Amino acid sequence: MKPPSRNAVPGDIAAITEARLTFGQRGRALDTRAALRFSLDHARAREAVMAELDMARIAGHLAEAGLEHRSVTSAAATRDAYIRRPDLGRTLPGAEAERLAGAGPVDVAIVLGDGLSGIAANLAGPAFVTALATRLSAAGLSHGPVVIAAQARVALGDPVAMALGAQTVVVALGERPGLSAADSLGVYITRAPRIGTPDSARNCLSNIREGGMDVETAADRAMALIRTMRRIGTSGVALSQHIAGAGLPER
Amino acid sequence: MGYSIDLEETRFGFPSLKTLLAKASPERSGDRLAGLAADGPVERLAAQLRLADLPLSELAQDVLEVDGDDVTALILEGWDRDAFAPVSHLTVGGFRDWLLAPETDADVLAALTPGLTPEMVAAVSKIMRAQDLIAVARKVRVITRFRSTIGLPGRISTRNQPNHPTDDSRGIALSALDGLLMGAGDAVIGVNPATDTLEDYIRICEVLEAIRTQLDIPTQHCCLGHVTTAISAIEARAPVDLVFQSVAGSTKANDGFGVTLSMLDEAHEAIRALGRAPVGANLMYFETGQGAALSADAHHGMDQQTMEARAYAVARRYSPLLVNTVVGFIGPEYLADGKQIIRAGLEDHFCGKLLGLPMGVDICYTNHSFADQEDMDLLLTALAAAGVSFVITVPGADDIMLNYQSLSFHDAQFIRETLGHPPAPEFEAWMEARGIGTPDADLPSLEAALGALRLPAA
Repeated sequence: MKPPSRNAVPGDIAAITEARLTFGQRGRALDTRAALRFSLDHARAREAVMAELDMARIAGHLAEAGLEHRSVTSAAATRDAYIRRPDLGRTLPGAEAERLAGAGPVDVAIVLGDGLSGIAANLAGPAFVTALATRLSAAGLSHGPVVIAAQARVALGDPVAMALGAQTVVVALGERPGLSAADSLGVYITRAPRIGTPDSARNCLSNIREGGMDVETAADRAMALIRTMRRIGTSGVALSQHIAGAGLPER
Repeated sequence: MGYSIDLEETRFGFPSLKTLLAKASPERSGDRLAGLAADGPVERLAAQLRLADLPLSELAQDVLEVDGDDVTALILEGWDRDAFAPVSHLTVGGFRDWLLAPETDADVLAALTPGLTPEMVAAVSKIMRAQDLIAVARKVRVITRFRSTIGLPGRISTRNQPNHPTDDSRGIALSALDGLLMGAGDAVIGVNPATDTLEDYIRICEVLEAIRTQLDIPTQHCCLGHVTTAISAIEARAPVDLVFQSVAGSTKANDGFGVTLSMLDEAHEAIRALGRAPVGANLMYFETGQGAALSADAHHGMDQQTMEARAYAVARRYSPLLVNTVVGFIGPEYLADGKQIIRAGLEDHFCGKLLGLPMGVDICYTNHSFADQEDMDLLLTALAAAGVSFVITVPGADDIMLNYQSLSFHDAQFIRETLGHPPAPEFEAWMEARGIGTPDADLPSLEAALGALRLPAA
């Protein structure tokens, strides 16, 4: 939803920028409607940050697609702890890892986490992991159960992958909400994940949402990245450089 | 050497000076994340009581305890014992009382500045309340100059921050014009580039230069790219007014930013040699922020506020035009909520000013922080009372490139009207001549203003 002031934005300016420019009167304060609309945008972002995973909805979608799932929670027990302590959101307690017992080994682990927008995970998450699982199976790669991870940071995927004996992990989770979009899903793919994997060893797709990148395109791109990293044995900056050097298509 | 204090029947021990500083720090999430925070309010008060009795001179040593750290070397080499003499006999607590005394005025504080180390100002700030931080900072006068004069008493300047997610020239120009039509930008018109290529850096400088020269604005501009990109742009004779860099309080943390002191020395020399500024102008712009060192695992067991003050030792080596803390930007794992952000903003401003820096604040927060625009209103009002040199402003408080909320151009109007703080005098005269801020003045529309601008070809 856009602030009402943008309705009055001349067309050519709207095409140049989404900045909250002032048109017309330049008063001391934003006018009432613009001020309240700003607050509403912030409220939506806050709601997304504090949202929990809708387990019933996600599990329902996965079952419909014929996908099994397991659920884990990071060492951050609450939303509040998750936000203040990113280290806990990256940690998989031993008891949680045991929930994954017997599910591996697999080629590619798929993790769907809340991240900083549970709403993004709830909305685009099931469709993305379904699209990805379909492509993995078609390529003859095993993926095992989808791991639904609560209070999850990106790096939680590393111990999950280790528990599943996977050499590649795909973590889809909610991105930090902006004022204009609170429902963007991000996807991080890592080859040879281990504890302490640096972010520079991951490849990322972002802005997956209605109005952004659609889930089918995202799944295609994720598959292309997985294929390349399985071939060259590495991911992240090294993979990007490999693609740039070899002139390989990224999608 | 350890420190201890007995409170009634309980002994509280602190194994090192940096542990004592950390435990004495007012509560914030970053120190807890680092495992350095006091266990609770009583241990915090015990540390504060012990710190208050510490001789101030004990802080003029290697508190970080890291061999070969060049920020520590900079601090110790730059410490002026003669300037320190007036307070050399005081404890940290006595120093607080001395700072608050009416006899301690702007001239006394200016003379003291070279005698203070970051650890001293950080230590005293930890036992000062918000009103103390405001009252003392207000007494400090730090005046810097380029085309405008920043930091004159009773005035507040603004950075106009026209960021755009793809660095589009017209997108940048539109946001800059939006701010200029509301009187924002007397400290600097400064863009955080979305990319860090030399071509984009130079183009952004040229766009800002076109705006400045065509509208004859008495201000300066800056593309906040990496210092090495700035050096290359200067070599290419691009219109670079100010060199920018993010800095932090240890060698390792600065490594995380890809910057060394010798790089900054080189950039400072290059911008001086470029010769665009009036004689004697201040030529550098630095940003800092609590949590930067911890996020790079480069805090070496020191609390984030003391690490932040150490970054100011780096900044002051270059007599910068502008320094600001990006107080709420780094995230809730470092400053969780409005209360912590407000406290940190006042601390950073106080410490920077006491160390002689032209201190501004990016009064801001991210969407995952427990904060909102109302917290920013309160911090702005408090910082204006404290005499903050400048604040950062964006269209509608929404930075569409960095995806966080800062102040809006309207917020600057609010503080100017409510507390009566005009911008830099040169800029104020420019506004008056154009009718900006004058009721019923006939200002151009944004479309017309953009249309009248001749921007360099993309």
